[in-house]
Amino acid sequence: MIAPEAVDMRGISKRFPGVQAAKDVTLQVRQGEIHALVGENGAGKSTLMKILAGVYGADEGEILVGGRPAVFHSPIDAIEAGISTIYQELMLCSNLSVGANIFLGHERAYWPGFVDEREVRRRAREYLELVGLTVDPATPVRLLSVAQQQMVEIARALSLDTGVIIMDEPTATLSERETTNLFRVLNLLRQRGTSVVYISHRLEEIFQIADRVTVMRDGQVVGTAAVSEMTEDRLVEMMVGRSLSGEYEKRPRPAPRRPRQAPLLEVRGLMRSGYFHEIDFSLEAGEVLGFAGLVGAGRTEVMRAIFGLDPIEAGQVLRDGARVYLRGAADAIRHGMAMVTEDRKADGLFPNWVVRQNASSANLPRLSRFGFVRRGVEGRAVQRLMRDLDVRPHNPEQMMANLSGGNQQKAIIGRWLLTEPEVLILDEPTRGVDVGAKAEIRRLIRRLAADGKGVLMVSSELPELLATADRIVVMREGRITAQLSGSDVTQEEIMTYAATATTAAGSELAKNKEFGGSNG
Amino acid sequence: MADSRRPAEAQAVLHRPPQGGLGRAGAALTRGWGAVRIQDFGALLALVLLCLLFAWLAPGFRTFSNVVTVSRQVATEAIVAAGMTFVIITAGIDLSVGSLVAVGGVVVAGLMTRQHLPLPLAILLTLVVLGLFGAFNGLSVARLGLQPFIVTLAMFASARGIAEVYTGGTVITVADPSFSVIGNGYLGPVPVPVIIALAVLLVAYVVLSRTRFGRYVYAIGGNEQAARISGIPIARVKTTVYILTGLAAGIGGIITASRLFSGDPQAGLSLELDVIAAVVIGGTSLFGGIGNIRGTLIGVLIIGVISNGLTILNVQTFWQDVTKGAVIFIAMLLDMLLRKLESRRIRAAAQA
Repeated sequence: MIAPEAVDMRGISKRFPGVQAAKDVTLQVRQGEIHALVGENGAGKSTLMKILAGVYGADEGEILVGGRPAVFHSPIDAIEAGISTIYQELMLCSNLSVGANIFLGHERAYWPGFVDEREVRRRAREYLELVGLTVDPATPVRLLSVAQQQMVEIARALSLDTGVIIMDEPTATLSERETTNLFRVLNLLRQRGTSVVYISHRLEEIFQIADRVTVMRDGQVVGTAAVSEMTEDRLVEMMVGRSLSGEYEKRPRPAPRRPRQAPLLEVRGLMRSGYFHEIDFSLEAGEVLGFAGLVGAGRTEVMRAIFGLDPIEAGQVLRDGARVYLRGAADAIRHGMAMVTEDRKADGLFPNWVVRQNASSANLPRLSRFGFVRRGVEGRAVQRLMRDLDVRPHNPEQMMANLSGGNQQKAIIGRWLLTEPEVLILDEPTRGVDVGAKAEIRRLIRRLAADGKGVLMVSSELPELLATADRIVVMREGRITAQLSGSDVTQEEIMTYAATATTAAGSELAKNKEFGGSNG
Repeated sequence: MADSRRPAEAQAVLHRPPQGGLGRAGAALTRGWGAVRIQDFGALLALVLLCLLFAWLAPGFRTFSNVVTVSRQVATEAIVAAGMTFVIITAGIDLSVGSLVAVGGVVVAGLMTRQHLPLPLAILLTLVVLGLFGAFNGLSVARLGLQPFIVTLAMFASARGIAEVYTGGTVITVADPSFSVIGNGYLGPVPVPVIIALAVLLVAYVVLSRTRFGRYVYAIGGNEQAARISGIPIARVKTTVYILTGLAAGIGGIITASRLFSGDPQAGLSLELDVIAAVVIGGTSLFGGIGNIRGTLIGVLIIGVISNGLTILNVQTFWQDVTKGAVIFIAMLLDMLLRKLESRRIRAAAQA
């Protein structure tokens, strides 16, 4: 048992302008273990891992790999020292084939630099088989789903044959089944003696897969322990520095609704061939309607269509009982709708604008006069909003990119609240957000409902959906398979409707409870 | 069941880990991709339509001697466009190629007449000089992190100025008759510039599609960050592609000078615009990551055929410019429409 640690980070510190991202951090990863690294967003996990991956240099401290001191000037140095990284933002060239991506940077070539395509394909197939992905290596990566791309990344890490693999939130975009497959691969890696540093926000996963866990908070390590000696409550407590028990406490009973003539939003027979079919549901004021389903079930596509971002081929959208025609987001906004997209980074935020500009961007007509933005009005509106939603730091002139994921998300929700919408569409509102901020966002959603707004909420985290939504629509393969409500709905029940491949959709619909089929 | 109309179904199949079904869908995807390979179909269609149109309107267009003329006219553009394809695939741009053609011409002419160097040595030295010009562009982009547009715009202005300074504002006439073979000679019925251009295009095609360097060019344009963490020497690859356009412009400059028996600092005026238009018409994306040499060749031919056809039809030069612009626009439009159809077909294939 004197074998050197696979990775030994000692006294690592890193400062960014205005932030101490890592402070005297010590982390030891044993050979062949899955070492979970947890902490709230901004706790310093990603910084620490980027130091280990050679992206950043540490200000202080030393790194030993397999007992030997290592100095990384670039990611290549880290790879050569035996550490490969799967970043949260997938790092693939979508224009290249699966095989080309797997071996990018370390393809075997013979003189004068020709790539041996047959060899690439043959070896790519081996690694793809290992990760359980049976697509042709010649398939361009852009045709793959996110989950499949994730598997390509893992195949790539395997092909690098490093002793240590860092995975930064690999399951954030995976469905349950895909996660199971990932865990199968992780076990395989463990058997092969590979060490994995596993960053995740999903604590239950850590208890499923990890051997040891290190908790970080405010740039420092709070502690490292064997997972078998840990409880989820204890872990959360270490992460947030306070007890959060009761976070998933059942939602308050919804306030009694004012009787209305027509539902706030009603959707009838919505269809876009190839994406979704026969989508019927209605949303009342003061209600949170959750959407559950596997990745690729068509939930996001339905939301986008309702918001006018994608064309509808058949069906109707009714607002307050009147049919509306939405040719774009501008139409939807005019009809009192707002949408927070799934991919915050790609669709939601302007990273190099300050929070004030980000928050006001959907509302400029109202904040300007004669084409000039009224800076004072804008600033005051955003300030009020930030205080109201507790966006930290409370500084409208802070660059958006410097905010943590949770605060960015709150700022984006705030952007839409400024437009005073009646219907809010939230697609994965807590993705990539830490535990504390998740709870805050959930509370915010309930508060908005209590104020009489209607919320459509897509989430892949079932406990969250159960705790937040009044009713849950389950989708599978572009169709609604169930609409569930009542306090006795269980995760298992939802998963059955989301994943079971029974084709008799009609009989499933007949099983709808209470609200099911109310809008024929 | 109605599965074929439900890609969601196919998606779910693709998501399923190892068990059956996935291989089938994967194969379908690849088949769909195979069809994408006719991605320069739009440009090709435009080229065919243009040729038919001119053949119908102008009898002089469809003679063999005119085919020779067109190919010789486009040779320089084709060579420069081959280099430009590399640069644009890395999401860069090189605006200086027209000016560099002028530099190439005056340098080779100057070396021969002023320094009395033998032809092969003059050519070799000219290419070295042009490679250095390209390296300046490339290093500024890759090492200093300057915007390609601005760097090469600066070079666009300076290089022509340097050519003017070097010649004192006049042309350098070359008396050596062996020099004129490069631009005016024939190998059988084929003009020498066309042979040079075909050789350059062939090399460019092989390098871009078969070598590791070519792969890296695509990777950098596709996702530079991913390329960086994959250990690809980004700065080196980027520098190299600008050296390639420098060299291509050098070859083009030598050919142009040879055709005119002189190095002219005004050679290659607005060549960069025709070349960039040709590359983009050929399906190379200005955002990087996508493109190929076949498409570039078609793009070059489209531009060349338009100029040639309109000249034969005796269209005024001003109207030639207008028409050229319009045809470029229509070619792009056609291309985009075909691409949309294509991606619809991929989706259909993914469902099959």
